[in-house]
Amino acid sequence: MRRVVVTGLGLVTPLGADVETTWANILAGKSGAGRITKFDTEGQKCLIACEVKPADHEYGFDAGKRVDHKIQRQVDPFIVFGIDAAGQALEDAGLVDAPEEMRLRMGCSIGSGIGGLPGIESESLVLANKGPGRVSPHFVHGRLINLISGQVSIKYGLMGPNHAVVTACSTGAHSIGDAARMIRDDDADIMLAGGAESTICPIGIAGFAQAKALNCSYNDRPEQASRPYDKDRDGFVMGEGAGVVVLEEYEHAKARGAKIYAEVVGYGLSGDAFHVTAPHPEGYGAFRSMEMALKKAGMTPADIDYVNAHGTSTMADTIELASVKRLFGDAIGNVSMSSTKSAIGHLLGGAGAVETIFCILSIRDQIVPPTLNLDNPDEGTEGVDLVPHVAKKRVVRAALNNSFGFGGTNASVVVKALED
Amino acid sequence: MSIQEQVKKIVVEHLGVEEDKVVPEASFIDDLGADSLDIVELVMAFEEEFGVEIPDDAAEKIATVNDAIAFIEANKA
Repeated sequence: MRRVVVTGLGLVTPLGADVETTWANILAGKSGAGRITKFDTEGQKCLIACEVKPADHEYGFDAGKRVDHKIQRQVDPFIVFGIDAAGQALEDAGLVDAPEEMRLRMGCSIGSGIGGLPGIESESLVLANKGPGRVSPHFVHGRLINLISGQVSIKYGLMGPNHAVVTACSTGAHSIGDAARMIRDDDADIMLAGGAESTICPIGIAGFAQAKALNCSYNDRPEQASRPYDKDRDGFVMGEGAGVVVLEEYEHAKARGAKIYAEVVGYGLSGDAFHVTAPHPEGYGAFRSMEMALKKAGMTPADIDYVNAHGTSTMADTIELASVKRLFGDAIGNVSMSSTKSAIGHLLGGAGAVETIFCILSIRDQIVPPTLNLDNPDEGTEGVDLVPHVAKKRVVRAALNNSFGFGGTNASVVVKALED
Repeated sequence: MSIQEQVKKIVVEHLGVEEDKVVPEASFIDDLGADSLDIVELVMAFEEEFGVEIPDDAAEKIATVNDAIAFIEANKA
């Protein structure tokens, strides 16, 4: 069977415009949360978010580094973040100028949960106030979810599968899992896989706040608002950014002497078939997703040293935790499980990809990132190492990422240190 | 600011090209890297900026920077 390894990484997050800066800030226990600066929050219930910082910030994002000025003007920010993260991953893998024969077998699977909401909002206002003749000719293709994959394929000449997953907050994990299967099934040798999101705009914040999903009670203490597993958690904090990995067939990577971070060994998917926004109270879908990923990996829970949890800082945290406990049984005593959403917020369609990258880095550096603000662990957290407040050095042979989305969609990805 | 300078500013902003490339005889498509959708956007921007209406058949004839300036000069209120 064709094996799939990771040979490149790219990140744009509220804690950095690249992989190493983000990871250093995550391990240092920094928070990317603050008051919203992107728009006037007058009348909003939620006033906070984890924004990607502007270019002049210590770890800000310079869109001009990898995205043409003209394209920046035409497309929504989620596409700009996605193009940049994909470019970083290709540079990291040494594949920017791959020969044409290789590019025929290189594809993209970079999705988003919602897509170009800020642009849909602003152009709707143009339509209402100035009429149809003033709507931008770039409106449609500047907002479409599959236009990260589209733009990246055009920029870098990637002629393999061109795909984009849309499964709400599971998007990033599904993108990686699906792309790994495309390599395994011989549709491609190399896939850029991941997700991006940028919905910190008036209608995005209002919509999630009205759905009672966002934290609205820590507006005066933004850095403490994302507190997975804590008794006083009260909804998620919206993040933005992108995560993209280069997935490559193992022999292909070996033959060109590529640096190999880890192997993608397991992928599980399931549906809750229960409720549009609430997870199944028994965590049944989450359980089956993780169980399938382990089975595909040929592993048992005792082989997993780190779980990067979905853990959004909502009531659902303890449902996920209970299903992890049930699946792991006695092995729960060995595993460390944390939610990096405590630091960078919830990147929605980008979350699963960003968090799978954290899993890969935890294997590379033999350290697990912390769950911030876990001051008073909720009932049901007993007996689980949730890595409160500070990162922890430990053996990490393999790690599992969970991502769950509205609609009751679940995905789990298992990555493992490479063994011959 | 003269009409020429205003047109140049709009073209630079929309197409992301160097200012010195935006000479009167420059073709939007052949010299400034625009596609047909960029031209739709440019025409909209000219309409907004100068308060003129550029009908589709006139817009189709605007190929160079000079064409745009000439149309605006002839039709500006």
